[in-house]
Amino acid sequence: MTVPHAEAGSPILELRGVEKSFGAVQVLHGVDLKVYPGKVTALVGDNGAGKSTLIKSIAGIHPIDGGQILFNGEPVSITGPRDSAALGLEVVYQDLALADNLDVVQNMFLGRERKHGIVLDEASMEQAARDTLAKLSVRTLKSVRQLVSSLSGGQRQTVAIAKAVLWDSKVVILDEPTAALGVAQTRQVLDLVRRLADTGHAVLFITHNMVDVFEVSDRVAALYLGRMAADVDISTVDRAQVIELITAGRSGDIGLAPATVSEVV
Amino acid sequence: MASNIVPTSDLEPGGAAPSGFEGDRSDGSLGGVVRGYVDRLRGGDLGALPAVLGIVVLTLLFYALRPETFLTPLNITNLIIQAAPITLLAMGLVWILLLGDIDLSAGVVSGVCAAVSAQLLAQQGAPWWVAVLAALVTGAVIGLFTGTLVALIGIPSFVVTLALFLAFQGVTLRVIGQGGTVPIRDETIRGLTNSYIPVGAGWALAAAVIAAYAVLQLNRWRTQRSKGLDSQPLIVVVGRIVLIAVVVLVLTSILNADRALSKAVDLKGIPYAIPVVVVLLLVLTFLLGRTTFGRHVYAVGGNSEAARRAGISVTRIRVLVFMLSSSMAAVSGLVAAARLSSVTPGSGGGNTLLYAVGAAVIGGTSLFGGRGRIRDAVLGGLVIAIIDNGLGLLQVSAYLNYIITGGVLLLAASVDALARRRAAAGKS
Repeated sequence: MTVPHAEAGSPILELRGVEKSFGAVQVLHGVDLKVYPGKVTALVGDNGAGKSTLIKSIAGIHPIDGGQILFNGEPVSITGPRDSAALGLEVVYQDLALADNLDVVQNMFLGRERKHGIVLDEASMEQAARDTLAKLSVRTLKSVRQLVSSLSGGQRQTVAIAKAVLWDSKVVILDEPTAALGVAQTRQVLDLVRRLADTGHAVLFITHNMVDVFEVSDRVAALYLGRMAADVDISTVDRAQVIELITAGRSGDIGLAPATVSEVV
Repeated sequence: MASNIVPTSDLEPGGAAPSGFEGDRSDGSLGGVVRGYVDRLRGGDLGALPAVLGIVVLTLLFYALRPETFLTPLNITNLIIQAAPITLLAMGLVWILLLGDIDLSAGVVSGVCAAVSAQLLAQQGAPWWVAVLAALVTGAVIGLFTGTLVALIGIPSFVVTLALFLAFQGVTLRVIGQGGTVPIRDETIRGLTNSYIPVGAGWALAAAVIAAYAVLQLNRWRTQRSKGLDSQPLIVVVGRIVLIAVVVLVLTSILNADRALSKAVDLKGIPYAIPVVVVLLLVLTFLLGRTTFGRHVYAVGGNSEAARRAGISVTRIRVLVFMLSSSMAAVSGLVAAARLSSVTPGSGGGNTLLYAVGAAVIGGTSLFGGRGRIRDAVLGGLVIAIIDNGLGLLQVSAYLNYIITGGVLLLAASVDALARRRAAAGKS
């Protein structure tokens, strides 16, 4: 399970032996993961492999039961969404977690509103939101004061990602950002993912789509039934191997030990 | 916590938005605003339209049926005093409804609070402000209790407040005791609905309200314009100011007219309950629209999971909202007690709650959570009071009165449900 070759730089986010159970069901078994700044790490795995649980654990929605989370090499305790946000971890959820009855600006600043005394500073929030969207070359929004309920799926995805960028996060975690999008919008989101990494963000990118994995990722991490089968550089694997890692937990000499695989199944 | 998070953007004070982002401005022309409004109506966001239509249509209807009595200064004053307790209760319920919860005990809570302060006045001879404070504290404590059961234990608010609806009637009965009725003799509390602001001061107050509104609106518009933010055309802003000014001036002139039935007495001026309603309207509107707390209430009502992931304590927000709402019930109970000059075991029972929920919903607050404003309580409260008052003048039978009022609430709820369906259909 160790990374087969030396890594340049040190991981900004590292998981060591993370465990998580819901009641009697253990979902994550000793998961290790390294996420590097300036790189896109694709997190792949079949349905039920524990991808969503893993990112929710990192985000503090489901605090971990065992193991360690290290940020910049320091062990940190993440017990709630505020902890992860304070570290600079931003999660863009599959179901987007936007409030339909609020507008774009209000959603982007939700939970971290800017204030003058006790009064919300709408002017500065609107300007910052607009600036961020402009930086991402978003031209599809009619107004930043539009209610989110009136946006399309792609626009919602854009707003959710822009929210992460707005906060200048160090680690951006994207949960299947292209799952519900058309071709052109998928293209835009993938470009956006690449740009996030190129500007120094560490990106953890959950996807089912092999084309997406090989198009934007620098590294690939495969979960198999709650265990980390591999966490390797994208150049060391091909598409067939990744699919094998997802479906069988091992491929050739990488992946889980055969004993573990048979024990799990 | 916010201090260590620095957004990527450097602000450009006074500058326009950067180029390459032209599509983000909503249409700022008058035509664009009208089109935007029509789009919103079509999309199911009716806003204040049903309530305003209701006020106009019902006023015309009752005026046609009772031309000698309905639109007299005396009756309009009565009507507004009738509307005050309904509106105050509804102002609290708007918050509960915004969360998607319901408080079926709000009416009887107003009775409990009124009973507590009436007993303090009658038995202990407490000064009026102690009685008012006691009512507010009672309301807040009850809200803390209800909110804890709902938010912390997780019992549906419908069940909690249905149980408390019964329990609090018992509490009122116990507080009032065997006497049956506690009269309120304190002049300050009775004065809420029974004494009036001197005519000159009333006009000055009206002028001050209009001036303050105009300054606030124009200032906001100027700031938005100068920073290149989303803003409405000046003519719409001015139109709104003129509308508010006309309504305030017409109401003031009616309330300042002599409404005494005999020439021998002089009866004119704004009842003190009205500034109370106006001040609470302003304070709560500010709290809901301009503070983090209000923003988080909307977020919890719109998508509580999103709010939780954004680091908002949903439990805390819900408990605080129940406390706020029950405190507003206390204010409503005091005004209702002032109007009747007494508190009875039945105070806050009967159709009190139905009227208040009806007021909020007719005003445009959604029963499904996430949509509503404080002014809804005022507009809806007026509609309910007009119906109640008008049917009284028509001397319709009690049975018909119940059926009509219940029907109006059902109608408002149907409009709300249809609007929601429409909005959901428009999204996909």
